[in-house]
Amino acid sequence: MTTELLVKELVEKNGRCRNSLMPILQGIVQKEHYLSEEAMLSVAKELDLSAADVYGTASFYTFLDTVPRGKNVIRVCKTITCHMKGREEIIEAISNHLKIKVGETTHDKKFTLLTANCLGWCHKGPVMLINDEVYPELTPAKTVEILEKYGKEQ
Amino acid sequence: MNKYLVNLKVNNMPVSVEEGTTILDAAKKLNLRIPTLCNHPDLSVAGNCRVCVVEIKGARLLAASCATPVSEGMEVFTNSEKVRIARKHIVELLLSEHNADCTKCFKNGNCELQDLASEYRIGDHVFLDLVKPAHKIQDISSPSIVKDDSKCIRCQRCVRTCHELQGISALAVTNKGDHQKISTFLNKPLNDVVCSACGQCINRCPTGALTERNYIEEVWKAIYDPTKFVVVQTAPATRVALGEDLGLPPGERVTGHMVSALKKLGFNKVLDTDFTADLTIMEEGTELLTRLKRALVDKDETAILPMMTSCSPGWIKFQEHMYPELLNNLSTCKSPQQMFGALAKTYYAEKINIKAQDMVVVSIMPCVAKKFECERSEMRDSGYQDVDYVLTTRELAMMIKQAGIDFGKIEEEHYDSILGESTGAAVIFGATGGVMEAALRTAYEIVTGREVPFTNLNIQPVRGMDGIKEASIKIKNVKPEWSFLEGVDLNVAIAHGLANARQLMEKVKSGEANYHFIEIMGCPGGCLGGGGQPIPTSPEIRKKRAEAIYSEDAGMPLRKSHENPEVIEVYSKFLGEPLGHKSHDLLHTHYKPRKRY
Repeated sequence: MTTELLVKELVEKNGRCRNSLMPILQGIVQKEHYLSEEAMLSVAKELDLSAADVYGTASFYTFLDTVPRGKNVIRVCKTITCHMKGREEIIEAISNHLKIKVGETTHDKKFTLLTANCLGWCHKGPVMLINDEVYPELTPAKTVEILEKYGKEQ
Repeated sequence: MNKYLVNLKVNNMPVSVEEGTTILDAAKKLNLRIPTLCNHPDLSVAGNCRVCVVEIKGARLLAASCATPVSEGMEVFTNSEKVRIARKHIVELLLSEHNADCTKCFKNGNCELQDLASEYRIGDHVFLDLVKPAHKIQDISSPSIVKDDSKCIRCQRCVRTCHELQGISALAVTNKGDHQKISTFLNKPLNDVVCSACGQCINRCPTGALTERNYIEEVWKAIYDPTKFVVVQTAPATRVALGEDLGLPPGERVTGHMVSALKKLGFNKVLDTDFTADLTIMEEGTELLTRLKRALVDKDETAILPMMTSCSPGWIKFQEHMYPELLNNLSTCKSPQQMFGALAKTYYAEKINIKAQDMVVVSIMPCVAKKFECERSEMRDSGYQDVDYVLTTRELAMMIKQAGIDFGKIEEEHYDSILGESTGAAVIFGATGGVMEAALRTAYEIVTGREVPFTNLNIQPVRGMDGIKEASIKIKNVKPEWSFLEGVDLNVAIAHGLANARQLMEKVKSGEANYHFIEIMGCPGGCLGGGGQPIPTSPEIRKKRAEAIYSEDAGMPLRKSHENPEVIEVYSKFLGEPLGHKSHDLLHTHYKPRKRY
């Protein structure tokens, strides 16, 4: 489906008022993994907003990316509890396994590695999110295992 | 409706104010000034800069006085120890993220943050300098506006201006935390986005983050160049505002002083955009009557009504972006500035025996969109760029100061001739409703042979600061050649500020409106509130400038454009007749659709 059609469909579903902006943007990210220039312009047009307004909202939220992301977005919690429980080792394991640094996307566009502020799982750190799934009490070995599972998915 | 009075004390002084009043305004009533940065009389409340914090007895936290309404029995302290320390820290924190290279800044000497730093004697900066190197790269893509993020304190006055007053939202708040930035769509250069170039953001920026592209040095260079013949024109609204930047109160008329100062600066001829404002009325008035005839008598479908004025370049650019489907409604008349440029480098150059390529045309404008307009590719009908440089009223004030001219003490002088004579109809171009009034004074007389039926030619219904004004004038006892207008109610509408223009355009688009003629000015109040006018601006200041404009009009011996003897002369010796062949070549233009998305 083209971006334009996707936006039209989401507008149909969520409505044209200013309040619909968030669910529409979230819907695009779900399908296309990020908000392209084209997508933001289509949304602005459909909701009769300025393009800058849409970009303002999109750039405010960490989970609304405005640069291309992989199919699976990994977010490792970077706050202090997870840090003390070995966050660095987890990031290193992911980096070694996927051959990407924080902020980068794999060549096959399957994974993007990011960090996140507190995910609220301090009692079970270190923790990471892959898309909407939480993975607590990680070890480097366990992390690689999880990644392999995602890697096999088409 | 009766409002409840609320009693409170500010610094132990009792005061009663209406319910809903902010602490800031209650303090003002006691002649206590609380400093502000993000607050602005034209805009909604933001409460984000925090410099206006005050202490409220019994409250744990300091409150932003601009955003806190008064309550009964409240005790407020605007200058307690807690407030002073906090306020000084807030200014220091703002400065830590501000490029405080004040001596290199165009706003040096007229900056609200600089004033605060001076007031609080901020010496050594106690916080680390956090200005991002990337923000030090200025956006100079626009011929009108320079955006410098390193000076931005994110008060969001510009964002609110662009949204609330202008209905465009070219600028938005993007990102968050220490990455927060006032930005265009995807950080694109200003010239590549939907920006009307009106410069209203400049008028409200408390720092040097938004300023005009200035051409002061270029103009000095032209003046000093002996091979150049430098002609200057002055827009209607400049003469009621220039004084504000030179120590005079708002609303002072300084026409003669301005002419004198311009001569002292070394311009070879000092001429008047008011002359071409009168000329615009001849062209645009005739265009309106011709369109009415084509539409009402000939049933010509290409004669599009309502006709809309085209003097305001910010409004034109807005329309090209936002309502390209309505471009045929625009009058084809160039703005008075551009009519002047085209005539100066053809008729006038020949008359005074100067080669057009040796002539430099400078405009003094209340506007920054004029800087964009003069660079438009359509504005080269003389074979050269018709207007070379546009200076704002503010830039002219700077040149006058640089030249050491004591503005208050110089003798008044008259404009040079020809292209210097004008009528009262021209000077009111500077106020919202003015072009409409001027056009009606002339068109009504053409059609009926009589003056407009208003006391002293003052068409009150089109005056004033309402965002959208409507009026209807019955045309009676017309001359035989205009019989088709007998008994017609001429419906007109006027809007100023592009948010109001947008409302009006929606009405036109939906077919709900039944107007024949619409005047739009891009800036609040019309040109007198233009993006190139002295800073600060406020409803009161604009009201005073408007009063000055109408008193200038009332004091003119001639008050109808068609009676301007120089306009009559230019038609008889050069142009022929309004909408004639020469007019078509030099005084009219076309518009092009621009991208909105």
